[in-house]
Amino acid sequence: MTVAAGPVDAAPPQDTAGAPRGRRRAPVLLAAALAAALAVLCLLSAGLGAYDIPLGDVLASVRHRVGLGGHALDRVPESVLWNVRLPRVVLALLVGAALGCAGALTQGVFGNPLAEPGVIGVSSGAAVGAVASIALGLTFLGTWTVTVFAFVAGLVTVLLVYVLSREGGRTDVVTLILTGIAVNAFAGALIGLFLFFADTAQVSQITFWQLGSLAQATWPKVLAVLPCAAAGLLLAPLSARKLDLLALGERPARHLGVDVERLRMVLVLVVALLTAAAVAVAGVITFVGLLVPHLLRMAAGPGHRFLVPGSALGGAVVLVGADLAARTVAAPAELPLGVLTALLGSPFFFWLLRRTRRGQGGWA
Amino acid sequence: MTTVIGRAGRRLFGARERALPEPAAPGDVLAEAAGVRLDLGGGAALRGASVAARAGEVLALVGPNGAGKSTLLAALAADLPVASGAVRICGRAAGDWSAADLALRRAVLPQAATLSFPFPVEDVVRMGRAPWAGTRREEDDDAAVRAAMAATETGAFARRPFSALSGGERARVALARVLAQRTPLLLLDEPTAALDLRHQELVLGICRERAAAGVAVVVVLHDLGLAAAYADRAVVLCAGRVAADGAPGDVFEETLLSDVYQQPVEVFPHPRTGATLVAPRRSA
Repeated sequence: MTVAAGPVDAAPPQDTAGAPRGRRRAPVLLAAALAAALAVLCLLSAGLGAYDIPLGDVLASVRHRVGLGGHALDRVPESVLWNVRLPRVVLALLVGAALGCAGALTQGVFGNPLAEPGVIGVSSGAAVGAVASIALGLTFLGTWTVTVFAFVAGLVTVLLVYVLSREGGRTDVVTLILTGIAVNAFAGALIGLFLFFADTAQVSQITFWQLGSLAQATWPKVLAVLPCAAAGLLLAPLSARKLDLLALGERPARHLGVDVERLRMVLVLVVALLTAAAVAVAGVITFVGLLVPHLLRMAAGPGHRFLVPGSALGGAVVLVGADLAARTVAAPAELPLGVLTALLGSPFFFWLLRRTRRGQGGWA
Repeated sequence: MTTVIGRAGRRLFGARERALPEPAAPGDVLAEAAGVRLDLGGGAALRGASVAARAGEVLALVGPNGAGKSTLLAALAADLPVASGAVRICGRAAGDWSAADLALRRAVLPQAATLSFPFPVEDVVRMGRAPWAGTRREEDDDAAVRAAMAATETGAFARRPFSALSGGERARVALARVLAQRTPLLLLDEPTAALDLRHQELVLGICRERAAAGVAVVVVLHDLGLAAAYADRAVVLCAGRVAADGAPGDVFEETLLSDVYQQPVEVFPHPRTGATLVAPRRSA
């Protein structure tokens, strides 16, 4: 709150030891609110759609499957719920959490509130892999081909960016981001090239994937993201305190005992895992990784011990909500999810940007 | 929840108990550069500089711009690898310490205080306690933060975001963070650069007080009058070499300073106290 309001003319606190207690409550309340919102959105999203399932039935069927009473539904609603809706909700949850968390980590690693996973080339790298597999008609890994290609290409790209931007065992942040921009441009050119040589059916498939969508959610896809997303989400909070110190700059962080090089290497890999996994199953969904950590930082302060897990939670809320909107707003047609998030998100982000800048007199 | 995970993670991955720094006796050498040669961006920034920081002593590094003051401080902080010569910190070669162990032994105030995200002032000061997490001195955290903020007079804006402060206020918050680290060796790069008259005195008063408590303080200064008033020893650097090393009263001598700064300088006693004053020689 204090962050959004800018300079606060607080009375000089005599008892500074008592101050953190009150302030630490904002993150707790916010986390509780986000968790509640996520639960509500998941239930709504499971019930609403082309075939409506009443809330009571959703709960009854879920309770039935986990063995807590309830009852099975008729064949059609049971199938819609378990084979169409729930995998999609769970996928939205995982992808959103991965993107939000990856965004918070990226901003922390680069010490720049405007950095996002796309900056270091993971998103575009993953896109090149996926587009290549579609355009070249590769299917030797079955339905997993696109996923695996996107994932591998994303990881290769981020490692390439990292190696290119290292000099003398150190990584200069500006160089890293500029290298990311160059790699992004190159990846964009490659995608354009693949589109140029693709046939009409492939072009529509590529475009759909590029716009970002969860329409093809299945349980196997959920399982494909789950290990990466879970590993990334569990590893990320371990570095939270070190990320706080990194905000002071690399040298001061080192003076406080942080092995900066190792921290950055670990976090870049975690970011690559999270983003590439999300992009591989859901296509390019921009903006979640940028906006969610930003909003949470404004609401609860920049401490990463809340920000990192909080952004995962917030990302899940945003993506489950956005996917629900994408499915229902223009029914029976379905809006591309990535387009929706960017369309609604960017003006909001511009507004936030201006407000924060005014309030604080810049980013430094 | 995250702190629980973090604690469990630390227990899993960093479980070994670390050796805490031993208390030093006054006069012990806590940081030492011996014949250090260091190259920066193609040129030699240090050409065989030797200096020793002793417990209980304020050591001032002075000299013209580009003389190598900050580079020498960075070498003493184990920030930069030396081309030849040796740097020892608390009795061990600088390169042999891990970042975490070094952080228990020396604190460094950088020339410019920056922060990527708008942390509240108190959180910034508390970052200075990070090296002690998981050690038995973690209990001192609250006391150390409170004392550091009181000493630097930063308590009044404890809850304001760092980004909303003026340059001088930021400098004092950065100093508070370094003091909260409570290390036996303090390396301060121009701590008075952004400060007004009163706060310059305050900061050097803190240096004296830390030295009296047994800390080795190394401070880069431009104001020779401040150095003369507060330092036990002054090292005059010139073009990467030590031009003079000794008590300020002996070292601050007109010919030497005029030569080093390439500017006629006069050194004279204060009419009332007799303290050494240094001023550029200006035509009347």
